[in-house]
Amino acid sequence: MSIGHVLLGVLAAGPAHGYDLKREHDSRFPSAKPLAYGQVYSTLSRLERDGLVEVAETSQDAGPERTTFALTSAGETSLAAWLDEPEPAGPYAADDLVRKTVTSLHLGADAGDFLRRQRAVHLARMRELVALQGKTADTDEQIAVDHTISHLDADLRWLDTAAARVAARGKVLS
Amino acid sequence: MSAAIVEAQAVRKAFGRTEALRGTSLAVDEGEVVAVTGPSGSGKSTLLLCMAGVLRPEAGEIWYDGRKFHDLSEGDRTRLRRREFGLVLQFGQLVPELTGAQNVALPLLLEKHDRGAANTLAHGWLERLGALGVADALPGEMSGGEAQRVAIARALVTGPRVIFADEPTGALDTVSGERVLGALLSTARATGATVVLVTHDNRVAASADREVVIRDGAVEPAPVPR
Repeated sequence: MSIGHVLLGVLAAGPAHGYDLKREHDSRFPSAKPLAYGQVYSTLSRLERDGLVEVAETSQDAGPERTTFALTSAGETSLAAWLDEPEPAGPYAADDLVRKTVTSLHLGADAGDFLRRQRAVHLARMRELVALQGKTADTDEQIAVDHTISHLDADLRWLDTAAARVAARGKVLS
Repeated sequence: MSAAIVEAQAVRKAFGRTEALRGTSLAVDEGEVVAVTGPSGSGKSTLLLCMAGVLRPEAGEIWYDGRKFHDLSEGDRTRLRRREFGLVLQFGQLVPELTGAQNVALPLLLEKHDRGAANTLAHGWLERLGALGVADALPGEMSGGEAQRVAIARALVTGPRVIFADEPTGALDTVSGERVLGALLSTARATGATVVLVTHDNRVAASADREVVIRDGAVEPAPVPR
């Protein structure tokens, strides 16, 4: 449920309305599909049901009623666990790696460490596939394995580029 | 003293004002296949050439089989490089005036082997690497994959204990690269040779037993799974 965790990541900075959450999500992930309001509210109600967020305030000025949500301590724990855990090396929705890394950076966490661990997970999977490729003489199977290896390779290149950008940013900040 | 067959200890190397290696250490065990990866300019090729005894570090030490490499005489170092080390570079670096078989036989002739025996051995290695077809061709007449197979045969002909390879498939397409790498690694694993290879290709890195990442002239700590 990575959208839920992205919203928890935004709420880690302080309580917010659904509208603020949508706007912040769309600004953090400009290349992703903008979040629909319906998705924001259905995700929030699921997070509330699971005890990860709570209603901090309900207000009504001139317009409709606005609910401000806040992270609970269970939500903080769930967010930290999500950020700490490398993603399996596929198959997964392509945006999950990006969501986790960007959320880490916003929270000032050591994204470099996460990226190194994620690279190890991807490379381990690639090692299995390369070994499989070496064992098979069947062209159909080789082609199918090539497809998976090529996608893993694209992710590994992205992880390396992200690590280089994080390292370069670290140098500028220090 | 170390149990590793080849080891760099706190090696420093600079080119002009650029510090390529800043106290880099890497120990490789006998029979291990290690991939050295990292961004361009991170110092990985410099580390490989220092470990292979081609470049001399300004500080730190290279150990080979329990001996400090630079404590040996120049003559002993040269003999060691020729007999126990095999070096493969990205573009083969074959001698353009010599045929495939003559290129492969060259390290044996430098070691004063009998010409006939050297020629037989060279043909044997070319056959093993699937490159017998270019035994009589000049490098200019070979494809990139063929030239690289010849270069690997030349690196293996002396029966080296350690093979150092710098981007051995860097100039090849995926399928040619896979075949060339497969030939190199299967031979190394069959003979128990140790391989240190520098690469930016994730498939190559995934073919090794272990990956070592170099960034800014230093080895990155291996990630600890949680």
